[in-house]
Amino acid sequence: MKKASLLLEDGSHYDGLSFGYDRNVGGELVFSTGMSGYPESLTDPSYSGQLLMLTYPLIGNYGVPPLVREQNGLSRYMESGRIHAECLIVSDYSEKYSHWNGQTSLSSWLKQEKIPGISGIDTRSLTQKLREHGVMMCKVVIEGEADDIPLPNYSTVNYISKVSCSEITVYHGEMSSVMSSSTSNGGVNTHLPNDGKKKVLLVDCGVKENIIRCLLRRGVDVVRVPWDYDFSSISYDGLFLANGPGDPETASATVANIRKAMGLKPEVPIFGICMGNQLLAKAGGASTYKLKYGHRSHNQPVREIGTTRCFITSQNHGYAVDDKTLGKDWIPYFVNMNDGSNEGIRHTHHPWFSVQFHPEASSGPTDTEYLFDEFVKIMN
Amino acid sequence: MKENTIKKVLLLGSGALKIGEAGEFDYSGSQALKALKEEGITTVLINPNIATVQTSEGVADQIYFLPVTPYFVEKVIVKERPDGILLSFGGQTALNCGVALWKRGILSNYGVRVLGTPVQSIIDTEDRELFVEKLSEIDVKTIKSHACNDLSSVRKAAEELGYPVILRSAYALGGLGSGFCDNAEELDHLAEKAFSFSPQVLVEKSLKGWKEIEYEVVRDRYDNCITVCNMENFDPLGIHTGESIVVAPSQTLSNLEYQKLRSLSIKIVRHIGIVGECNVQYALDPNSADYRVIEVNARLSRSSALASKATGYPLAFVAAKLGLGYGLFELKNSVTQTTSAFFEPALDYVVCKIPRWDLGKFHGVDRELGSSMKSVGEVMAIGRTFEEAIQKGLRMIGQGLHGFIGNKELQIHDIDRALRSPTDNRVLVIEKALEQGYSIEKIHALTKIDKWFLYKLENLVKTYHALQQTGTLNKLRRSLLLRSKQEGFTDFQVSRALGLEISLGSHGGSDAVRKYRKSLNVIPYVKQIDTLAAEYPAQTNYLYLTYNGISHDISYEEDHHSIIVLGSGAYRIGSSVEFDWCGVQALNTIRSSGYRSVMINYNPETVSTDYDKCDRLYFDELTFERVMDIYELETPHGVIVSTGGQIPNNLAVRLSCHSVRLLGTSAESIDSAEDREKFSAMLSRIGVDQPAWRALTSMSDIDEFIGEVGFPVLVRPSYVLSGAAMNVCSNSDELSRFLQLASNVSKEHPVVVSKFHEHNKEIEMDAVAHEGEIIAYAISEHIEYAGVHSGDATIQFPPQKIYVETVRKIKKVSRQIAKELKISGPFNIQFLAEENHLRVIECNLRASRSFPFVSKVLKINLIDLATKIMLGLPFEKPSSNLFDLEYVGIKASQFSFNRLQNADPVLGVDMSSTGEVGCLGDDTGTALLAAMLSVGHRIPQKSILLSTGTGKDKASMLNSARELVSHGYKLYATGGTSRYLRDNGIVNTRVYWPSESGSYPQALDLLHNHEIDLVVNVPKDLSVGELTNGYKIRRASIDLNIPLITNSRLASAFIHAFCTYSIDDIPIKSWKEYN
Repeated sequence: MKKASLLLEDGSHYDGLSFGYDRNVGGELVFSTGMSGYPESLTDPSYSGQLLMLTYPLIGNYGVPPLVREQNGLSRYMESGRIHAECLIVSDYSEKYSHWNGQTSLSSWLKQEKIPGISGIDTRSLTQKLREHGVMMCKVVIEGEADDIPLPNYSTVNYISKVSCSEITVYHGEMSSVMSSSTSNGGVNTHLPNDGKKKVLLVDCGVKENIIRCLLRRGVDVVRVPWDYDFSSISYDGLFLANGPGDPETASATVANIRKAMGLKPEVPIFGICMGNQLLAKAGGASTYKLKYGHRSHNQPVREIGTTRCFITSQNHGYAVDDKTLGKDWIPYFVNMNDGSNEGIRHTHHPWFSVQFHPEASSGPTDTEYLFDEFVKIMN
Repeated sequence: MKENTIKKVLLLGSGALKIGEAGEFDYSGSQALKALKEEGITTVLINPNIATVQTSEGVADQIYFLPVTPYFVEKVIVKERPDGILLSFGGQTALNCGVALWKRGILSNYGVRVLGTPVQSIIDTEDRELFVEKLSEIDVKTIKSHACNDLSSVRKAAEELGYPVILRSAYALGGLGSGFCDNAEELDHLAEKAFSFSPQVLVEKSLKGWKEIEYEVVRDRYDNCITVCNMENFDPLGIHTGESIVVAPSQTLSNLEYQKLRSLSIKIVRHIGIVGECNVQYALDPNSADYRVIEVNARLSRSSALASKATGYPLAFVAAKLGLGYGLFELKNSVTQTTSAFFEPALDYVVCKIPRWDLGKFHGVDRELGSSMKSVGEVMAIGRTFEEAIQKGLRMIGQGLHGFIGNKELQIHDIDRALRSPTDNRVLVIEKALEQGYSIEKIHALTKIDKWFLYKLENLVKTYHALQQTGTLNKLRRSLLLRSKQEGFTDFQVSRALGLEISLGSHGGSDAVRKYRKSLNVIPYVKQIDTLAAEYPAQTNYLYLTYNGISHDISYEEDHHSIIVLGSGAYRIGSSVEFDWCGVQALNTIRSSGYRSVMINYNPETVSTDYDKCDRLYFDELTFERVMDIYELETPHGVIVSTGGQIPNNLAVRLSCHSVRLLGTSAESIDSAEDREKFSAMLSRIGVDQPAWRALTSMSDIDEFIGEVGFPVLVRPSYVLSGAAMNVCSNSDELSRFLQLASNVSKEHPVVVSKFHEHNKEIEMDAVAHEGEIIAYAISEHIEYAGVHSGDATIQFPPQKIYVETVRKIKKVSRQIAKELKISGPFNIQFLAEENHLRVIECNLRASRSFPFVSKVLKINLIDLATKIMLGLPFEKPSSNLFDLEYVGIKASQFSFNRLQNADPVLGVDMSSTGEVGCLGDDTGTALLAAMLSVGHRIPQKSILLSTGTGKDKASMLNSARELVSHGYKLYATGGTSRYLRDNGIVNTRVYWPSESGSYPQALDLLHNHEIDLVVNVPKDLSVGELTNGYKIRRASIDLNIPLITNSRLASAFIHAFCTYSIDDIPIKSWKEYN
């Protein structure tokens, strides 16, 4: 294995070994404390532009499941069709794996996807650094590879545009149909299946496929459109705002579309997750801010405000909604029990709500999946 | 919010430590009591286990050293009138007792509310049929199980399911009376045994080879749920989880499987209605995501103690608060102190639990691991690689292993068979197989251990070979050395692989590696267990060391103001909760003296490993290497080696040689007491007698020595060679048979033979000295004559039947020894008294097993006093005297023979008890009765079977036999005993030995028909016929759950006690009321 170094914005460096693809990369270094689910995390589009460091030290144990797709085009085991994280950083990579559903090793998969993987890092020490200093930009330099990668400025890049779909897809049951993103609203409407099912318009800012699976499982059709597609004349029964990477400031086009929808169809339910929460908040007049080191884990406790109901949630976000700036008629829905940050908002009289955490989990606990039920229920 | 109607709470403890129910319940009870105390609630504790931390002053407001049985608990309820009761902190003992009280309506009669999980929910999880029904209501799959009430329905069920099947007794702890059956014959045999423990036996299809996974779940009354931890067994299903190596978190589960089982756990716990803590066990198909729920434990358990220590989440503490009505969201994470207790810990390390067995201590025991638990203790190792964790753990179990590899060569004739039928040394068999080139696939096929674990073990073999190929230290590259250390190799293993041990000796080689390693800056780093994987800063110092790191989590003051206390390691026969008590008391004194207290220990079943018991807890190895690592980081004021039993004691000399400052008695003195030759010379010098002994290397020397001293003799074979226990031999036949069994005698491995003095009293001196002067002491007397190990003996304190002159002599000799060895701190001397003639058997310059017992009876904390002396602090010489006590304490031993299939339940010079109790009474009789009832004896109702051994034993029991008859008991006796009784005019019915087939009544038939409710079987000697006959009776008593006593002195004392007093005479008095 080649030697590999992490060069951090503050001048420090950490040395390890390369177990993935030998390629220098740069990005925002973040850590996740989830203990399982590296295939799901790596394919989560929200990690675009980020180097993902896992605090759980033993990684690769169960290999990687087969990269198969269902008939409707969704991956069976992954959250998208490819790895989105720029790099994976671990302490102890397990060269050999064992699992009935493991088809290849993590190392081979990373190589296949041209993603570097670094092991032998004191991930705890580095996590403490990020905790104290905040997330940092970081470069991965592999022995023998030219160190010529420019470091992007994470908050100014529109990562959403990089990971959002480029076409319009209509999912109905096990089937799907695809249209060009230049298809007009009317054109889309004519292609909607006439199956009597409710239609959810899903704005793809980098959607995790399990969100689509969660919706389909509840018997609705999903119309997936690019992040900046103006969907105002499509006939839909519910609007879903997906998760996605980067700074919500970069998605002003989406915010504008949401505002338009709220104005045109105030009675149509809206449900947002993660980036969706931030964009809905913005559309409602609130502002967002960058957290020091974000929430990336499977153990974030949230409480539904005004109740004794608490949930363990899966999270992956670096920005948060500022509760104090919530517009008139908007109230916080959930609160983070560790640091008091916003975990969701809802409108006082319209059926609009969103959460900062991931009810679709994958990876992580599924305790809040009931929110999909509620969304589908209010559509009916 | 908390409910304010609860002002006084009764907590049931788990009693004596036994296989399947051990120190974990001291931890859970102690945490619960702490949680209640914080709320200002008055606490009442019933637990006869006097050696525990929970039964210490200040932990509960009232402590009753009484049996945890419905009879006594009701009496305490009547007296104390508590508002609430906690049933889930004292293991199966407390749970069963609580359910019985509830069913009889006693709890409702006295208005005692069950806090936490409702009793109906407990019953739903305990009764198999209800359980299966309950889970099928929510479409959760369980193992198809047939509840049977008689043998024929067991047979029918097995045929329906198809072999192999598993049998379990309902309502039994730790898999008691359970096992696998491959055919009808095995089934009949096991079923009979299972029915003796429980009226209901469950027959299930065996899922041997599936993965076994557990989740620890917490639920509050607002229906909020978390899973604190999941764990995966290294060993496949079929091996009891208490016998398995267990890792946390799970290693081979994908997110899908992890979350599926997690969600199911929450669904189950909600449906059952747990309030507090609960454990869900699963079988998981290794070839799909299919699963079955094995069982749900609606209480704190061994697993929950492990989960607590593995994650830093104080499960018992939180469960107690939830029982009071709190919601999880109202409690704080006690590690970070800023975040919520409603969260699930994220680990950034791996823990590995390894059981400790002591099967070598038992004659004839079945060593194969199965569905019933036999291990007596466990360790938890923490690392940042699996290799690091398992190697640490294998050393921690304290059975001479240096890690996975680099151990003494194991002799195995048939590796395939040994892999297929695992015993307590199965890990070593895997090592051997790997060395011999077995493929991972083959080992997996034979063991069903997941290949991931095997790959990791294979890494260790590869690294060891790489070290071996390096050949010399100066050629050892830093990268290989670092890799070795990251995989948990010790300096010793590295030294051995490099061959340094041969040239430099075992210590010299390790020292050379250590020096070289430090010169290359290959050093371990200290990391915190913080529950959140570094996401938030931790406020506690719960620490471990790892080579998989580049920085320390904490900074060191270097003010020499901390004191390191070495803990006692894995519980084992001979060293358990009593040393945990000693360690915790030392920590308390250190803290209150203004020093920082530091504990090193790795036993997850202890209170000393609760991170709030000291300022810094190193959950790590008690090896020379690791203690030095920590010493060099801590630069403490000094180290205490005398409160943790033999493990720290054994480290004393080597630590001292490396300039470690030991507090208290010097290493030189410790060595003088430990080294047989030196100790003997000292005794001769001060004119104190001891049994004649000699270390001998040939048969002719042995014969010559015996010619001088005569039989019987005590023979101690070299442990290194044979692992056989020591034994008493009364004639040359026995001697040669035993030596053959034990080992060949040789120069390197001499046998120590000493004169065995029969019918001597054994007396213990537990004391604390200051610079050679005794400051406080406690003399206690064994009820059994010498020959029963002091750890198995029944002990009375203060002594009731020894001469004043003996006492005077004991004090004098002890004073001389203390002075000679310049003792500062705790020590213990064991004496033999032949009338008034004293001989010293041994002397330990450390706290002994009986320190908590005598401290609590005397109400003088001897460890507190000893610690003050060791720290050089002012102390007061206690004024009260043991002869002023107006009550008696009896310490009785708990045996776990029922768990140890085929083991001969006979007592000897080697210890075999797994726990003990200590009860108080206004006189010996009531105290003894309480103690015997506490360790599972019952006052017999009708019939007693006697076989009373040698002539002397028979004579000594004559009065007891008379007493029994005059109290209306029916006596059955075997041949010789029957004749002897008849000759002395005592009516009895003769029964026949198993070897006397054809004659009736047969003793075994009476046992099987449960016509006997106490068996007194005193073995005569080791002759073959005696062994087989006596063995069969003794074993049948155990297997059929009939109380058994094998010592005539104890039998007499017990018989006298229950003929003099009834159960109602046992005073219901709390500890405080004895004064």
